[in-house]
Amino acid sequence: MARVVLPNELARELAGGQKELEVEAENFRQLLKALDRRFPGMGDRLRDGVAVAIDGEIFQEPFLESIGEDSEVFFLPQIEAG
Amino acid sequence: MSDSASGFKWVGTRPVRPDGLDKVTGRANFGADFTMPGMLVGRILRSPHAHARVAGIDASAALAVPGVKAVVTAEDFPEIPDGDLMVGEGPMNFRDLSCNVMARGKVLYDGHPVAAVAATSRAAAEEALDRIRVDYEVLPHVVDVLEAMEPGAPLLHENLFTEGVDPKPDRPSNVASRVEFSLGDVEAGFAEADVVVEGEYTTEAVHQGYIEPHAAVASVGEDGHCTVWCSSQGQFMVRAYCAKLLGVENSRIRVIPSEIGGGFGGKTTIYVEPVALALSRKAGRPVKIVMDRDEVFRATGPTSSTHVKVRIGATKDGRITAGDTELRYQAGAFSGSPVQLGCMTAFAPYHLDHVRAVGYDVVVNRPKCAAYRAPGAPMAAFGVESALDELAGKLGMDPLELRLANAAREGTKAAYGPRFRQIGYVETVEAALAHEHYRAALGPNQGRGVASGFWFNIGGQSSAAVHVNEDGTAVVVDPNPDIGGSRASMAIMAAEVLGIDYDRVRPIVPDTSSIPYSDMTGGSRVTFAVGMAVVEAAKQVVEELRSRAAKVWDVDVDGVVWENGEARPASSNVGEFEPLSLAALAEGSAKTGGPISGQATINARGAGPGFGTHVCDVEVDPDTGRVTVLRYTAVQDVGRAIHPSYVEGQLQGGAAQGIGWALNEEYVYSEAGTLENPGFLDYRVPVASDLPMIDTVLVEVPNPRHPYGVRGVGEVPIIPPLAAVANAIRHACGTRMNHLPASPPRLLAALDAAKLPEAAD
Amino acid sequence: MAKRHVTTTVNGEPREFLCEVDQTLLDALRDELGLTGSKEGCGSGDCGACSVMLDGRLVCSCLALAVEAEGREVETIEGMADGDRLHPLQRTFLEEAALQCGICTPGFLVAAKALLDRDPDPSETEIRYWLAGNLCRCTGYDKIVRAVQKAAVEMRAEA
Repeated sequence: MARVVLPNELARELAGGQKELEVEAENFRQLLKALDRRFPGMGDRLRDGVAVAIDGEIFQEPFLESIGEDSEVFFLPQIEAG
Repeated sequence: MSDSASGFKWVGTRPVRPDGLDKVTGRANFGADFTMPGMLVGRILRSPHAHARVAGIDASAALAVPGVKAVVTAEDFPEIPDGDLMVGEGPMNFRDLSCNVMARGKVLYDGHPVAAVAATSRAAAEEALDRIRVDYEVLPHVVDVLEAMEPGAPLLHENLFTEGVDPKPDRPSNVASRVEFSLGDVEAGFAEADVVVEGEYTTEAVHQGYIEPHAAVASVGEDGHCTVWCSSQGQFMVRAYCAKLLGVENSRIRVIPSEIGGGFGGKTTIYVEPVALALSRKAGRPVKIVMDRDEVFRATGPTSSTHVKVRIGATKDGRITAGDTELRYQAGAFSGSPVQLGCMTAFAPYHLDHVRAVGYDVVVNRPKCAAYRAPGAPMAAFGVESALDELAGKLGMDPLELRLANAAREGTKAAYGPRFRQIGYVETVEAALAHEHYRAALGPNQGRGVASGFWFNIGGQSSAAVHVNEDGTAVVVDPNPDIGGSRASMAIMAAEVLGIDYDRVRPIVPDTSSIPYSDMTGGSRVTFAVGMAVVEAAKQVVEELRSRAAKVWDVDVDGVVWENGEARPASSNVGEFEPLSLAALAEGSAKTGGPISGQATINARGAGPGFGTHVCDVEVDPDTGRVTVLRYTAVQDVGRAIHPSYVEGQLQGGAAQGIGWALNEEYVYSEAGTLENPGFLDYRVPVASDLPMIDTVLVEVPNPRHPYGVRGVGEVPIIPPLAAVANAIRHACGTRMNHLPASPPRLLAALDAAKLPEAAD
Repeated sequence: MAKRHVTTTVNGEPREFLCEVDQTLLDALRDELGLTGSKEGCGSGDCGACSVMLDGRLVCSCLALAVEAEGREVETIEGMADGDRLHPLQRTFLEEAALQCGICTPGFLVAAKALLDRDPDPSETEIRYWLAGNLCRCTGYDKIVRAVQKAAVEMRAEA
C-alpha cells in the first residue's frame, strides 16, 4: 500500500480532514481512480495542475508514473518557472 | 576538472559560444530589431490611476488623427470566463491574463493598459493616445500587503473569496488564498527548545530588470494566419497564450523567437504580443510595439513585496527543534503570488521534525506579479536565514556550523513533505567553511554574513533535433530561447555524444512550426531537460550512423561501434575495415538510405534539487548608511557544469541581483498609488562600481538522473544574498535590518534609532 | 513638419539620412540607417546600451539628436571589428564569457574601447567606474571587468 499525503485544502474539502491515507495502486492513474472512489470528485481535482513527489522525486506531470508497494506520494503545487 | 579526470572531451570545457560573434558585433537580432514593410507603430494608453472604474472610452477623436489605422480596447478581445485552463505547462487563469493585457471594466494599477493605437508613425500614435477620452471613476486603492488584508480595505475584485480557509468566507476580500505546509507538531517542537528566536521581515517589490524592453511585431493575414516575432522565454507559450486571448486556434499563430535580452522569469508571460495582434487584425497591416522603460516598470514583472514572520527554536547544542513561518505576499492586481513556493522553500535546507509554513496570497493595486528567478524563495529565505543568524548569535555558535548541524541530507524529509534523494547541501556549507574567504580578517565597520538557499529545479516537456549536414557538420535544433549561453551547452553535449568537434556543431533556435512543443526557458530546466532531449536525439544519430556503416561493410549492426566520431568494427571477428568518420558517412548517405537525423521529444524527469551557500563581507559607513560589498563568494552544488564559465556566470549574476534586492532596489509608490520611480535612475540596479569580483565555487555532486550529471543552476544564486547581506550588515554595525532594501536612508534611520537611549520606550 | 537632411560619417563611411528634428541619434541609426546594433534599454541615458562615439566622445545616442550628427563622425558597434578581424575586446568578451543575453554587450564594448583608447592600463576600480553608466543584469560584471583587463594586457603587448 502506498502512503499518500493530500494537499491540506483538498483533505479538508473532500476527505473530512484526513490528510494521510494508504492506497492500493500500481501507478498514478490507478491512484486517482482509487482516490476518486473513496472521495468522489477528488480525481478530477488532482488530475491537472498539481505536481507529485513519488519517493522524493518531483513530477510536474505524474500521469504515467508507476507507484511502488511502499511508495510515499506527496501532492504539491506545480513549480513555477523563473 | 581536467579532460582526463572527467573522461569527457567537451563536457566541462569553455569554448566560445556559437552565437557569440553575432552578439559582439551588433548583428544579433533582439525583439525590437525586426521590421516589416508597411509596418505600423503600436502604442498603448495606460491608466494614470491606481484603481478606477472605466465608465466609457471614446476613441473617435483618435481615429481622426492622420495616419491612425486602428484603435483597440477590451471590446476587441473575447471576454473569457473565470477559471483556470490547462495550457502548455500548467494552469492559467486566462480571464485574469486577458484583463491584465487590456483592462475590462476597471483599471487596477497605475500603468494598466486601457486602449492601444496603431499608426503610421510614433508621433501620430502618441497624438492619438492623447485624444482618447477615458471616463474614469477613481476608487480608493491599496498597495501595501498588510493594509490590503485589513477588513474594510479597498476591494479589487468583488468575486474574490479566500480559498483554503474553513468555513468558506461569505464576503469577498483581497486575500485570494491561504496555504499551509506542515510536518510534525510545531508547538511540541518549541516545547523542546532551550532558545527561541522570533522576527518579522519585510521586503519591497523589485523588478527583474532585464535591459531589453518587451517588443513584438505581429502580422495577421487576410486568411487569419498570424505571425509574431518577439522576445520571450518561450515561443510556444506566446503562441498558446495569444491564441487563447484572441480566440483563435493555436495553429493559426506562428511565433518566431528573436534573441532575448534578459528575462529572469519576467518574459514567461505576454503583454504586448496580443495587443499587436489585435491591432494588426484590425488595421490589416503588420504592427510593432516596443515598450518604453517606464512601461516596463509600471506594467510588467515585478515580484511581490512581502511580510514574513519567523520563529525558530533550538536546543543549547544547536539542534533546531521547530521552525514556524507566516508569509504574506502581494500578487499585484490578480491572484497568483509565489507564496506557496516561499512556504515550501523557507526551511528546505534543514532537517526539521516540526515545521510549519503558512502563506497568504494577497491582491493589491500594483502590476500583476510575474515570476522572478526562484519565484518566492528569496523573501522567505531572507526571514529564515536572518533568524538563523540571530539564533547562532544566541547560541554562541558559528553560523555555518549551525547550518551544518541541521543540514538536509539524502533521506531527510524536506520541510514541504517528500524525502530528498542525492543532494549536495552539506558539501556547499563545508566548501564555504573551508574557503579562505571565511577566515579572512575584517576591519572596523566591516562584517561578514552567510546564508543558504534551496530550489527544486524542474524538467518538463522538451524537444530537440540533430541533423547531420552533407559536409559532416551537425545542426542542433534547440527550441528554447538562449538567455544565457544555452546554445553552447547544447553544442557541447551534442559534440560529446557524436564524437565530433564542438566547432562542427551549430545550434539554432527555431520557430513554433519547425519543431515539436517545448516548455519555456525557465525554472533552471534548459541545460538539464532540453539537454537530455539533445543527448537523446544525438544518440539516435549515432545509432543511425552505426547502421549506415554496417550497410557499407555489409555486416550486422551489432558488429559496429561508435568511437571518437567514427564507426569501427567491434572486433577483428567482424572483419578488417577502415573506420568510417561521421563526415564520410554523411557524404555517402545517399547510397545508404538518405539524410541522417534524429529527433527526440521527452517529458524530462529527475531534476536534481539545488543548494547554495553564500559568504558576504560588507563595510557600513556609519555617517551615511551606505553599504559597500567588499567581498562575495557564492558556493553551489551544480551537479556537473557543462560549460563552467556560463555556470559561474549564473552564480555571479544571481548574486548581483540579490545584492541589488538587499541594498537598493524597490518600487516606491506615491500617496495616490502611482509608481514614483519607473526608470533606471531612481530604480537603482547594481552597476559595475557597486560590486566586487564575485568568487564562485562549483561543487559537483552529479545528478544521477542526467546523462552528464546536470542540475539546474540559474535559480538558486538569487536566494541567499538578501540574508547574507543583511547578516553582514548586522555583524558590521550591530543593527539588524529587518526591512530591505537596506538603502542608505533606511539604514541610517535604523542606525540613528539604535543610538537613542532605550529609555525612550 | 519637414524632415531634415543630415550628412554625416558613420564608421568611416559617408552617410546621409532624413530625420525629424526631435528624432534621437539612436532612432536614426536604427530606423534610418538600419544599424540596430545600438540598443534602447531606457531612452533616458541610464543604461548605456545605446553607447556610440560622436567625434571621439562616448555618448548615449538616445540623448543625442540625430541632427547633431551633421558633419560629424559617428562610430558604432558595427564598425568595431576591422573587416573580419575582431577588436581585442570583442574577442576577450567571447573568451571570458562576458555576456549572457548579450543585449548590453554592444554598449559595453563601445564604452570599454573608449576607455582603453584613452587609458591603456586602467585599474580594476577605474574600469568599474568608467563602465558604471552601462547596466548589465545578467553577469554581475565580474567577467566583463576581467575581459576588459585581459584585452588591455593584450593591447599593451601589441602596441
